[in-house]
Amino acid sequence: MTIRSPQRRFFLKASAAVGGGLALEFSIPFAAQAAKGVPPTEVNAWVVIHPDDRVVIRIARSEMGQGTLTALAQLVAEELDCDWMKVGTEFASPNEHVRRNRVWGSMSTGGSQGVRGSHDYVRKAGAAAREMLVAAAAAQWKVPAQECTVDKGVITHGPSKRRLRYGQVAAQAASLPAPKDVKLRDPKDWKIAGKPVRRLDIPDKVLGKPVFGVDVTLPGMLHAAIAQCPVFGGKVKSVDDAEALAMRGVKKVVREDDFVAVVADGWWRADRALKKVRIEWDAGEYGKASDATIAAMFREGLADPKMMEAKKAGDAAGALSTAAKVIEAEYASPYLNHATMEPQVCTAWVKPDGFVEVWTSTQNGEASLAEAARTAGVPQEKCEVHKMMLGGGFGRRGAPQDFVRQGVKIAMAMPGKPVKLMWSREEDMQHGFYRPASLVKLRGGLDAQGHLVALEAKVACPSILDTVMPGARKGGVDFTAVRTLSDMPYEIANQFVGYALRNGHVPTGFWRAPGQQNGVYRECFVDELAHAAGKDPLDFRLAMLKPGEKNRLVLEAAAKAAGWGTSLPAGVGRGLAVVEGFGSYAAGVAEVTVEASGALRVLRYVVAINSGHVVNPDTCAAQAESNAVYGLGALFEANTVKDGRIQESNFHDFPLPMIGDMPKVELVLVPTGDFWGGHGEPGILPFQAAVLNAVFAATGKRIRTLPLRKEDLRKA
Amino acid sequence: MLKFNVNGRVHSLDVEPEMPLLWVLRDQLGLLGTKYGCGIGQCGSCTVLIDGNAERACLVTAAAAAGRKVVTIEGLSRPGLHRVQKAWIEHEVPQCGYCHTGMIMAAAALLAKKPRPTDADIDEGMTNLCRCGTYARVRKAIHAAAAPVATVTPAAKKG
Repeated sequence: MTIRSPQRRFFLKASAAVGGGLALEFSIPFAAQAAKGVPPTEVNAWVVIHPDDRVVIRIARSEMGQGTLTALAQLVAEELDCDWMKVGTEFASPNEHVRRNRVWGSMSTGGSQGVRGSHDYVRKAGAAAREMLVAAAAAQWKVPAQECTVDKGVITHGPSKRRLRYGQVAAQAASLPAPKDVKLRDPKDWKIAGKPVRRLDIPDKVLGKPVFGVDVTLPGMLHAAIAQCPVFGGKVKSVDDAEALAMRGVKKVVREDDFVAVVADGWWRADRALKKVRIEWDAGEYGKASDATIAAMFREGLADPKMMEAKKAGDAAGALSTAAKVIEAEYASPYLNHATMEPQVCTAWVKPDGFVEVWTSTQNGEASLAEAARTAGVPQEKCEVHKMMLGGGFGRRGAPQDFVRQGVKIAMAMPGKPVKLMWSREEDMQHGFYRPASLVKLRGGLDAQGHLVALEAKVACPSILDTVMPGARKGGVDFTAVRTLSDMPYEIANQFVGYALRNGHVPTGFWRAPGQQNGVYRECFVDELAHAAGKDPLDFRLAMLKPGEKNRLVLEAAAKAAGWGTSLPAGVGRGLAVVEGFGSYAAGVAEVTVEASGALRVLRYVVAINSGHVVNPDTCAAQAESNAVYGLGALFEANTVKDGRIQESNFHDFPLPMIGDMPKVELVLVPTGDFWGGHGEPGILPFQAAVLNAVFAATGKRIRTLPLRKEDLRKA
Repeated sequence: MLKFNVNGRVHSLDVEPEMPLLWVLRDQLGLLGTKYGCGIGQCGSCTVLIDGNAERACLVTAAAAAGRKVVTIEGLSRPGLHRVQKAWIEHEVPQCGYCHTGMIMAAAALLAKKPRPTDADIDEGMTNLCRCGTYARVRKAIHAAAAPVATVTPAAKKG
C-alpha cells in the first residue's frame, strides 16, 4: 500500500468542481470537513482519519440497496480496529482511481461480488493502516510496536499505560512506509464484521436527503428529457422542433443519431416539450419483429444441428435411446426489464476548460468514466464521475453505460452548463437491457430403478455478452446462457448441453443473477423426473449429490428448516429447488396456495444459503427477502415485442408485486467458512422453481412457460 | 402566481397550472425527497400529504395543490424524526431507499387514520411499489410505529 499525499488534493479538486462549493454537500465531504478546520489524513487509499478520530472508509463498489457499502466498511473497520461508531464512508473517485493506477481494485458492482471480490484487499488495507498507526504511536513513545495494543481506535502502550488516539497519530502514520505483509484476523475473532451492525446509508434515505442520481443539483443546472427510437437499432430520420422550442423554459432540442432530447429549465417542461417534438424514426431492419418472430427464431434454433456444445459427458443420446423411461419437456420465459425504481439518470457538465464532470447512478464508476471520456473525446484524466446512491440497479447500470453517453452528448450541446438527463418511466421500460427470453428443450432418461441416467438440454437464447461486452464470448458459448445446466452438481453419467445462440434485436443484459431462468428450467424438470420416477423430489435430488457436497448441504438445511415431508393444511403445496451461483449455494422451499380464480399466493419461502462467510447477517436476510420479491415478480412480468418495439410502457402493464404479495421469507445461513460467496443474487436462484414445484404439488399443474397467467391455474 | 403551502411555508410561484405538484416540489422548490417513479400514479414514490391525506404528487396539478396544506418528507417532522421514520431506521427497512420517502408518507397517513392498523389495513393502505422488496420490513415497521411510543427504541447504532 503506497502512501500518497494527504487529502488536501481531493478537497481542492472537489471544491473547484462545484463552482465554489455552492451545492452538493454530499459529494464533497472533504470540503465540508475542511471548512470545520483541520483537514483529515489519508493513511492509505482506503482509510482517512480525522483529528477527532472520525474514520472515513473509501468504498469502491456501488451501493444500490444491497448493503455492500456497509459490509465493505465492516471488513476494513474490523482489521483497522477503529471505533465503529465513528465510521463514515465515501465513494472512491473514479478519476483518482485512474490517476492512481487503479488503487481501489474493481469498481464493478454486480454478480454478488462486492465482498467476495474485494474482501482480501480491503481487509489488508485496514490491517496495514492499523499497523502504521501503531508504528506512529510507538515511534512517538520510542517503544517497540509489539508492546502496543489497540481497542476501538485507541492505542495503548502496555508497560507505561500511555495512550494515543488514531486521530492524534494519523498524520505521522501517513508518512510511514506501508507494511509489505499483514496478517488478517481469523473470522472467528471478528468483532465488527460478521455482526448485524446497522447499515450506514439508511438514516439519510429515511430523511429524504438528496443522495440519488436524480437528486443532483448544481448552480445553473438545466434538465433534459429523452426520446429514443422505439424500435431497437432504429435512427432519427427527421425532427420538427418548432413547436417545442417555443414552449416555456425550453433551451434547446438536441438531435443525435439515435435520440432526441429537449433541454429546459425543469424536467417536466423538458418532457412536456419533448412530446411536442415531431420525430420521424427510421425503424431500420427490425420494424416487423414480434414475439412470434422471436419464438420462431428460438424454435429454429432448437433444431439447429450445428448448435454449440456447452457440455458433454458420457453419451446422452445413446443413454436416452436405451433408457427405461424418457421424459421430455420444453420451458420458456420472456424478456424482462430491470425496472429500477429510479430511472436511468446522468448529470454532465462540460467545463470551459474541457474538463468533463459527471454525476450518475452507476454500478461501475470506472465504466462510467471510460464512457464519459470516450464520448467527450477527452482523456480519462480530464473526466470525473461522482458516484451517487442508486435507486436500484439489479444489473441495469453496470455494463451498459448508455445513459452516460447520452448525458455527456447532451451536455456537449450545452457547453459550460450542467445538464441533468433523466429518463421517463416509459423510456426506461422500453429501452432496457432485458433479461433474455429463451426456449429450452429438456430430455431426461430414467433407468428401470428410476435413476436419472441421462440429461440433455438444448438452449435457444440470446447472448448477453454479445450486447454488453462484445467480443468477450470469443466465438464460443455464452456461459450466462447455459449456466446451471452446463455445470450441474448432480451426478448424472450422461449429459449433453447444446447452445443455439439466437440474438434477435432486443438488447439483453445482466438481470439479477444472469442465467437464473435456467435454474427454473432445471429444477422444475428435475421435479418432473422425480415424479416420473415415483420418488420424493428431495430424495431424488439427494441420491444424485454426494454426502458433504455443498448443494446437498444447503438442500438438507432448507428441507429441515421448512419441515419437508411434514403435513400441510389442505390446499397448500410445497416445492423445493437447489441452485448454486454467484459465489454461493442456495436451496429454497416454497409453500403456496392457488385460489379457484387461479390466483397464486406464495405463503412462505425458506432459503438456505452457504456463502462461506457472513459479513452482515441482517443485510443477508434483507437480500433474501429482496430476491424472493424480485423472483415473484419474474413469475408474472413480461416484456413483449410488437412492430419491433417493447409494448409495455409503465407499471400499469408491467405490474410489480405489492405488499400483500410478499411471502414470509426465512433465511437459514449455513456458512462453511472455507470460501467467500455473495448474497445479492443467490436467493433468487431457487425461488421460482421452488414456487412452481409447489404449484404442481398443490394443483397437479406443471407450469413450463412464463409469465404465469391466472388462466393457467384457474380451476377448470 | 400560485400560492403553495409546503411544510408550513408559503411560496408564491409563477408556474403552469397544469404542472404536477411533484415537479413544483422538485424543480421549483428543490424539495428532492419526493421522487419520480412513474408519473402515472402507479408507484407512489411521489407520495406526499395534502391536507393530511396521502396523495400521488404526480397526479395533482399545481392549480389543484395551490392553497392546500402540503407536507413532504422534508417537513414530516421538525425537529427530529417522525415515529414512522424512527421505526424505519430501527427495523432497517430501506434497501436502495428510492421508494421509501413515499412509503413513509403513506405510512404516516395510514397511522394518522388507523392508529393500530391490521395487516389487511396495511395491504389496503400501502399501495406503493418497492422493487427491492422491502415489504416485510415495511409491515413490521408500521406495526412498530403503531405501538406505544415508549417501545420504539431510539435510532442508536447497535454494532
